[in-house]
Amino acid sequence: MSRYPDLCLNPKECVCQEMGTVDPSIFWALLFKGAFYGMKKREVGEKYCLSGHPTLPCNVLKFKSTTIMLDCGLDMNSTLNFLPLPLVQSPRLSNLPGWSLKDGNAFLDKELKECSGHVFVDSVPEFCLPETELIDLSTVDVILISNYHCMMALPYITEHTGFTGTVYATEPSVQIGRLLMEELVNFIERVPKAQSASLWKNKDIQRLLPSPLKDAVEVSTWRRCYTMQEVNSALSKIQLVGYSQKIELFGAVQVTPLSSGYALGSSNWIIQSHYEKVSYVSGSSLLTTHPQPMDQASLKNSDVLILTGLTQIPTANPDSMVGEFCSNLALTVRNGGNVLVPCYPSGVIYDLLECLYQYIDSAGLSSIPFYFISPVANSSLEFSQIFAEWLCHNKQTKVYLPEPPFPHAELIQTNKLKHYPSIHGDFSNDFRQPCVVFTGHPSLRFGDVVHFMELWGKSSLNTVIFTEPDFSYLEALAPYQPLAMKCIYCPIDTRLNFIQVSKLLKEVQPLHVVCPEQYTQPPPAQSHRIDLMIDCQPPAMSYRRAEVLALPFKRRYEKIEIMPELADSLVPMEIKPGVSLATVSAVLHTKDNKHILQPPPRPAQPTGGKKRKRASDDIPDCKVLKPLLSGSIPVEQFVQTLEKHGFSDIKVEDTAKGHIVLLQEAETLIQIEEDSTHIICDNDEMLRVRLRDLVLKFLQKF
Amino acid sequence: MDPECSRLLPALCAVLADPRQPVADDTCLEKLLDWFTAVTEAGSSLLLLQENPCLVELLFHVLKSQDLSSRILSFSLRLAGIFAAQEDCFQYLQQGELLPMLFGEVGPLGGAAWTAPAVRSGWIQGLRTLAQHPSALHFLAACGAVDTIFSLQGDPSLFVASAAGQLLVHILDLVMRGPAEGRRSPQACDWPACAQKIVGHIEDSLCSTDIPQVTQALSVLTTAFGHCHGLWTQGLWVRLSPLVARLLEKDPVPASHSLVDLLLSVARSAPSSDRDLWETLAQTLSHLSPTQAGPLALGILKLQDCPQVLRTQAFGILLQPLACVLEAAAQAPGPPGLLEGAAADSMMVDTLLSSKSACVGLLCCALAHLGLLQPLPQRPSPWPQAPLLGAAVTILRLCSGSAAPTSDVGGRLCAILVGCGRVQRAALDFLGALSQGTGPQELVTQVFSVLLEYLVSPESSSMVLKKAFQATLRWLLSSPKTPGCCDLDPHTQLFLRELLPVLQKRLCSPCWEVRDSVLEFLTQMTRHCGGQAGFRQALLASEVPELTKQLLRDPESYVRASAVTATGQLSSWGLCATPAIPECPGAQQESLLVELLHILSTDSEGFPRRAVMQVFTEWLRDGHADVAEDAERFVAGVLQAASRDLDWEVRAQGLELALVFLEQLLGQRGSHCPYAVALPETAPPGVLDQALQVLCRVQLFEFAFRALFDCDRPVAQKSCDLLLFLRAKAAPCGSSQEAGDSPNVASVEATLQRWQAGEQGQPLGYLEPGAVVALLRSIDLEGLRDTLAESSDHVEKSPQSLLQDMLAAVGVLGENEADCY
Repeated sequence: MSRYPDLCLNPKECVCQEMGTVDPSIFWALLFKGAFYGMKKREVGEKYCLSGHPTLPCNVLKFKSTTIMLDCGLDMNSTLNFLPLPLVQSPRLSNLPGWSLKDGNAFLDKELKECSGHVFVDSVPEFCLPETELIDLSTVDVILISNYHCMMALPYITEHTGFTGTVYATEPSVQIGRLLMEELVNFIERVPKAQSASLWKNKDIQRLLPSPLKDAVEVSTWRRCYTMQEVNSALSKIQLVGYSQKIELFGAVQVTPLSSGYALGSSNWIIQSHYEKVSYVSGSSLLTTHPQPMDQASLKNSDVLILTGLTQIPTANPDSMVGEFCSNLALTVRNGGNVLVPCYPSGVIYDLLECLYQYIDSAGLSSIPFYFISPVANSSLEFSQIFAEWLCHNKQTKVYLPEPPFPHAELIQTNKLKHYPSIHGDFSNDFRQPCVVFTGHPSLRFGDVVHFMELWGKSSLNTVIFTEPDFSYLEALAPYQPLAMKCIYCPIDTRLNFIQVSKLLKEVQPLHVVCPEQYTQPPPAQSHRIDLMIDCQPPAMSYRRAEVLALPFKRRYEKIEIMPELADSLVPMEIKPGVSLATVSAVLHTKDNKHILQPPPRPAQPTGGKKRKRASDDIPDCKVLKPLLSGSIPVEQFVQTLEKHGFSDIKVEDTAKGHIVLLQEAETLIQIEEDSTHIICDNDEMLRVRLRDLVLKFLQKF
Repeated sequence: MDPECSRLLPALCAVLADPRQPVADDTCLEKLLDWFTAVTEAGSSLLLLQENPCLVELLFHVLKSQDLSSRILSFSLRLAGIFAAQEDCFQYLQQGELLPMLFGEVGPLGGAAWTAPAVRSGWIQGLRTLAQHPSALHFLAACGAVDTIFSLQGDPSLFVASAAGQLLVHILDLVMRGPAEGRRSPQACDWPACAQKIVGHIEDSLCSTDIPQVTQALSVLTTAFGHCHGLWTQGLWVRLSPLVARLLEKDPVPASHSLVDLLLSVARSAPSSDRDLWETLAQTLSHLSPTQAGPLALGILKLQDCPQVLRTQAFGILLQPLACVLEAAAQAPGPPGLLEGAAADSMMVDTLLSSKSACVGLLCCALAHLGLLQPLPQRPSPWPQAPLLGAAVTILRLCSGSAAPTSDVGGRLCAILVGCGRVQRAALDFLGALSQGTGPQELVTQVFSVLLEYLVSPESSSMVLKKAFQATLRWLLSSPKTPGCCDLDPHTQLFLRELLPVLQKRLCSPCWEVRDSVLEFLTQMTRHCGGQAGFRQALLASEVPELTKQLLRDPESYVRASAVTATGQLSSWGLCATPAIPECPGAQQESLLVELLHILSTDSEGFPRRAVMQVFTEWLRDGHADVAEDAERFVAGVLQAASRDLDWEVRAQGLELALVFLEQLLGQRGSHCPYAVALPETAPPGVLDQALQVLCRVQLFEFAFRALFDCDRPVAQKSCDLLLFLRAKAAPCGSSQEAGDSPNVASVEATLQRWQAGEQGQPLGYLEPGAVVALLRSIDLEGLRDTLAESSDHVEKSPQSLLQDMLAAVGVLGENEADCY
């Protein structure tokens, strides 16, 4: 029993090298519970979920007085509701009939067009932004980026919310993220559209529309694409970091990026204070592809592990999908057809090109041209070769040979792979069929892919192979119906699947797991597949868009340093082997989230009152300390002692908290409880002191 | 023993007894022991020892020497055992007190050498060999060997422990056999003391709480019932069965695997009227866990005579896991007694859901056991074909994730099984086995549907896909034919139409194992269905033949080989890729022949070249149109290419092709039965002359004679057989005498002699038919055949050579006379 239940004695956790003269064998407590200083105990973690998309997350974590945004992914599924932007005038698209209400009212026919039973907005595509109302985004201190796919909403956040903080990301994430943004802006800006549709967004009108427009959420917040100027401004706020680099945030929190194995420069983040650790796992992969392998060990001992960015197609094995991709590609080309691969300009395309490099000769496809068309194609292919330190070991060693780490360099050298910024220009001179074209955008709503869909869609010899898992391929194809070309869906998502997550959680053993609600139940279409959900103990805490979650850990300890001179003055007493205690009288000095115990000021010397009063004089003088007591009082022995000292007629009653010893003759009551003893007698100070001394005999003093 | 060996033996014994000499390897010592075994089996051991005193000296020396290697000590123990197996020699060795010194407590048993497992093993094997006569039994009893054997049952070396158990059984058998065997009662009061001791030890072990000890006892008994067929074994079972039955009362049953082995071993030798045994088996089935009971159930069902009740119970055990799966995956409660007597019980459900490994193990075992039972004549009847088909389909659907069970158990089973390749492979094997039976059309449709699902799914691994193709083939070949027509039934045709696009895609797979599996499937399908209109139509409408042809240039040699076989088969049925030039229908076919010849001449790997030779042989045998057009030119070209091949299998296959050609020219070979009474059928002289002319033109003799002296024995043997066949056909040809004296024959013989000597550079030149016949007569083909029939090391294998080698290895012989091979 301790008189000071909040005082924690834990020699192992004590960190105080300044103690100097104190014997380390009696290393003693410097850890105090917050309450000891009158700090209000409260949850130290709160998480604001600003995105409902589990693989394009945007969360804000309030942790130890810092506000940290974790990723800012941009959900582009909203663009599927829009008509494609053709690079070349498309009579088919421009002649689509306008849509009218059931009653024949055609007031929306300028905004909405109908194609094979689906209704599309005829306007510049718009994007669904992360929530901006849930939390004042100007209060965000830092933004941590985990990979280049999860930073696409950055300009919206940094340029339009009053954000004044810093963004942390690795160099490849920034460079490739810039390429993705540049491509996106280019795709949209190069097909200017005079018309801007907004009538359909009126709530009263929207509910009259057919699905999926009717069910689209928060359409009023949908925004057009940002500009290059905004992109540049947003990227200028980024500070580059390397794996395992420790970044101090206001002295309170340390953040560290770790390799996540998913993409070039992709990271998970550790956010920790001295006694709490939050791991943010976003878009990680355990497969051996081109990036550095995932660092799992550093995720151990987390209080909370926030888990996002798992594979979107948990039933598809990436290896099988690559096999399927190659088979279908070869089959189409052998039959004289063309293959269109809608893709992003970075990421899986590197692995696909590597697979094809190994496959094309054996499949007799050496003479087939491969075209990579993107405004950033050249930069992407070149960037991939220069980020050696971010690559897996095998690729790193190639650099020292020296050889390019990716074999697409050889494909380019041998003219098997050609890249162009657009279909205009050189491409039209070099173009020959049958061929394989890699181009964006995977949504099929903008970019050069729109042209190829229009060009090749009518022939059943051609094939479009979807490899990016971000969009529903059926919805992507909807405005191209009727379509004769073959469609193959080979989504290649190398991110963690549920089996891998299960192993990872067993390995790193976090106290709590927090994840999007989609991961806590089987997919709606496969409700019996209980293997397609996170299975852990205690069950994962889930969140959804626009929800605030209190993270399940208490703020229990603060680290406080002790000044050497104060440590010198302490006289620890060993109360039991290995545990020593000393009373401390000191001043707690707190600045920049660091706490220091300083020696108390000496009592002011009487100086005749001439000197000017100093600020420190306001501190009250320390009183003479009474000894501290500890131990417990064995009632039976206490009664025997009382009897020995002449008390008789003693009665003992048990109470909920202890005992009451009743001295009937003396009309005195002694209440003995776990942490207090009261002697209640009737103005007989002598008796009280006698009894007090008898009580004290049973307690230890120091 | 021949004198030369006797002469070498003292030197060898001196080498063996000298610890400073590096002894030859273990193989030589083993060969030496084999040789002594053969010598003692052929004659008197006593005489051998008397004529070669160095052997006894060696044994004495081994006992005295302190620093001899454990290998030599072990060898000596085994050698002593071989000599002492004959009673007179045993007595002779006993006189010198040699045996107690070797096998008694004063010997290696008490020394440091005993720590070597080789010595312990030698000790056991020595005793095992010498324990052949009553004197040996007395010796064993006198030297206390049985107690040592008991302790060696728990030896850390598994070989020693196993040999100890076998020795106990051998001793027991030796003790119990004899004139009094039939009169011995099960009570064992009149059993010999040694037998009582061993049986008592087994009884103690069976009652022990130490599971390894129980396992040892059960293993000894299993060996006894498996290998000893004397009447005494029945008495032994009567005596020990109560103790065995008592093991079943324990929970869990100890040493269950060994118990199952024992019970099956007893059941195989017990009379069918042994009610107690059947009762024990029934109890065991109900006491063991589902995983442990499976092998016992299968063993019971394989027994020839066994009560029906027990068979039903055993079959129920095997069906349980599948019944459980069926019930868990059922969308609605199924009809009662789906698998009669095998309703899923809660224990089975608990086992299945306890862990992934338990579930997978149980299902794989059940599927494998049922798959083994399916083709047996004694399989349970009625065989629940339909529910089993349903269960196999359900398991496959659970594994692929396409099943959507509504029950909680079904959901958990699905989570465990989804993507499990082991269960998928086992279920596909089982499904293939079930193709031998029939089933309701609805279920057969489901079978084809699930097979197609697996063939289509990108998630099917290459091994699973291979199994899926094998099962599909079996089902396709067993599907019923349309009545009154030899074509495929409409369901199969529909399936084929869906299958061919899958084959097309799979032929383009980046995984070579997948491409190979498709080609193997295609070859088999074409072989069996190439003549059926439905198959031909579907195949020709697809791109499969063209893609198959493209794979002749595949980078993987296995795939090229399979593509060669597949295109060869397609071509045989006129199903090869359509001619490129419509006005010239033969062009494509001819180009295939040229392409295959090109592979034969240039492919760097052996597999495709061997495949080409097999295709060509088949084409020649079946009279393929392109071959029949000019068979002479074809054979000449193929033999020329094959003769230069470095792969002996290609050359051997060339001889096979040559034989087919010969048979076509001269008629079939006689009956293949060596005991058939038939005179050799000779060819009429006119035909023979004509045939010989042809054979000379295609240079078949040059090829065959060259092969006769081939450095690879199988090629030479095949060539010898071919020439013998030819000689038999040409027997009455009378013009040989004159030809035999001609200078042509003499020069050919001289060339052949040079070939035999290894100088094969010089060609044979053109041979006249007469000269060929003369040559065939002059060469001692029978002698050559006999020489070739000997193993290639028959010269070096002689005991004399062995002794010389061993001596040479340590430099005792003046010069190294050992053959280098």
